[in-house]
Amino acid sequence: MSDLNFFFEVLIGGLLSGVMYSLVALGFVLIYKASGVFNFAQGSMVLFAALTFVGIMEQGIPFWPALVVALVVMMVLAVGIERVVLRPLVNQPQISLFMATIGLSYLLEGLGQGLWGTQVRALDLGIEDMPNETIQTMLGIQVSTFDIFSAISAALLVGLLALFFNKTRVGLALRAVADDHQAALAVGIPLQHVWAIVWAAAGLVALVAGLLWGSRLGVQFSLSLVALKALPVLILGGFTSIAGAIVGGLIIGASEKLAEVYIGTFTGGAVAAVENWFPYMLALVFLLVRPQGLFGDKIIERV
Amino acid sequence: MLYREAGQFKTSYQKDQAIFPIRQDRIAVWALLLAVFIAVPLLADDYWLGSIITPLLVLSLAAIGLNILTGYAGQLSLGTAGFMAVGAFAAYNLNIRVPELPLIVDFLLAGVFAAMVGMVFGLPSLRIKGFYLAVATLAAQFFIEWVFTHVGWFTNYSSSGVISAPPMHILGMTIDTAVEKYLLTLSVVAVLALGAKNMVRSRIGRSWMAVRDKDISAEVIGIPLLSTKLSAFGISSFYCGVAGALWTYCYLGTVEPAAFDLNRSFQVLFMIIIGGVGSILGSFLGAGFIVLLPILLNNIAAMIGHGTLQADTMANLEHIIFGGLIIFFLIVEPHGLARLWQIAKEKLRLWPFPY
Repeated sequence: MSDLNFFFEVLIGGLLSGVMYSLVALGFVLIYKASGVFNFAQGSMVLFAALTFVGIMEQGIPFWPALVVALVVMMVLAVGIERVVLRPLVNQPQISLFMATIGLSYLLEGLGQGLWGTQVRALDLGIEDMPNETIQTMLGIQVSTFDIFSAISAALLVGLLALFFNKTRVGLALRAVADDHQAALAVGIPLQHVWAIVWAAAGLVALVAGLLWGSRLGVQFSLSLVALKALPVLILGGFTSIAGAIVGGLIIGASEKLAEVYIGTFTGGAVAAVENWFPYMLALVFLLVRPQGLFGDKIIERV
Repeated sequence: MLYREAGQFKTSYQKDQAIFPIRQDRIAVWALLLAVFIAVPLLADDYWLGSIITPLLVLSLAAIGLNILTGYAGQLSLGTAGFMAVGAFAAYNLNIRVPELPLIVDFLLAGVFAAMVGMVFGLPSLRIKGFYLAVATLAAQFFIEWVFTHVGWFTNYSSSGVISAPPMHILGMTIDTAVEKYLLTLSVVAVLALGAKNMVRSRIGRSWMAVRDKDISAEVIGIPLLSTKLSAFGISSFYCGVAGALWTYCYLGTVEPAAFDLNRSFQVLFMIIIGGVGSILGSFLGAGFIVLLPILLNNIAAMIGHGTLQADTMANLEHIIFGGLIIFFLIVEPHGLARLWQIAKEKLRLWPFPY
């Protein structure tokens, strides 16, 4: 195989796995935009959603009903979080809210694993994680069918969310809240409902991400660590931009795979694990140049 | 009735600015110091000293470090464990590569190395703040852990990637029993805690707090942001670095880089949340709470469950209780245990005639 083909293979693999990061990052962005909360528990929500789904499936319930039940659970969870955690903390400094979500992430991890058990579960969506034959014969590049499937699901989800945000009345309210809490309150938008809706939407994103990641890695504790990979994506794309989450995900995914292959061989050994820190350093360097990320709102401070 | 400052007049500025202006406080502190230096080593057994109290003290030190950065200077950091790792590995390498240096100097230099690394990773704080900065410190955490795992030089090419602390000698004494290690830890922690307490009361601490409250305003009144933020990162990392060295030498003995993973950072962060953000005392209270709570839970579970609870159920329960407590504390008492302590003292001053 030629070097160029290999390069493209790594690049496309990276881009597609970047889409998976975007999915997780999307959950962060939704909540951050609407409530200014940096939700560290997003990763745990991914884990919780996947665990719930698998747990329900194990009770002998078929795929689609299980999906609906899991979705309902995530909705209830979202409303619960809004009621129990967020509402008492309104007007607290952002750092307090952030720390509260760290606490929440511990709670969800304990709860999810306590309810459904800690062992690794396989989750089969019926799609093979194998090189797609059509593409291989056409272009001579190996690209996993599963990656393509997850990219398409992610695109669908983003499209749905974009429609929801831009074309519905609730979406309008969401954007109003994101813009200015107090002004939104003043024109009669119920802040608490909006937050509950946003957290529910983040729950939906977590469920989709949980299913995709879960079927790749197995449903287990390490799913919650996926969220850590989404953080550099967020920085790169900007906390407040859905488009940023997508583009950031693509950049991070592609660059970390390329770094793994090309820098990794430099520093010796196949298991150099450069991809563990490379995205962070990339994001860090990027921040020095552009503190608000690629598409983030420009940070303007008034005194 | 006993705790009242009536009749104690401050006749000089020096007295006015004492750390403990009230005589009863001073007596209590001396009593506490006597207790921890003399009574605890006599009474506690090796298990308590070696496995509970010593790590508690070391983590308190790390919590003080993080509190300086997050609580006083307002820069959220998730890289605490990374800086601890720098301290641990620096102390180890100094110890085996430059054996002429006394151990205490090794520890201090370990802190200095950690401070330098901390300042490098603190550089972005000039451009970014809040969550962006928190994520940037995560970069420190992952990068440092990776370097110590993958660059053999730091572990002296040990095949397992684990470092073992050589025997400790200070002024000709060998330190190897639990009691001696405890006393060494305690001395270092006591001195550094006193230093921190004084630092936050002095010019540098006040400029940190000004930056925390509003950095633009601080800049306007003439506080240089660059040196203030970097000094916060540097001194905080110094404390974390010394804590990391103590963690290796006085507690674990052998460590691998994974001992300083992200969970350790979170553990220290929880300590300062529960103990009190922006409080030296709170660092100790929080560390005590976080270290002792799991032991307490285990004992309660053993009493109630008689071994019916599985280990993983326990772990999950612990997670749930931890997470719940964090949220509970943030909602009910955002200033942590230290604030409760303060309230208790205020009440005590008026008791039993509160009107």
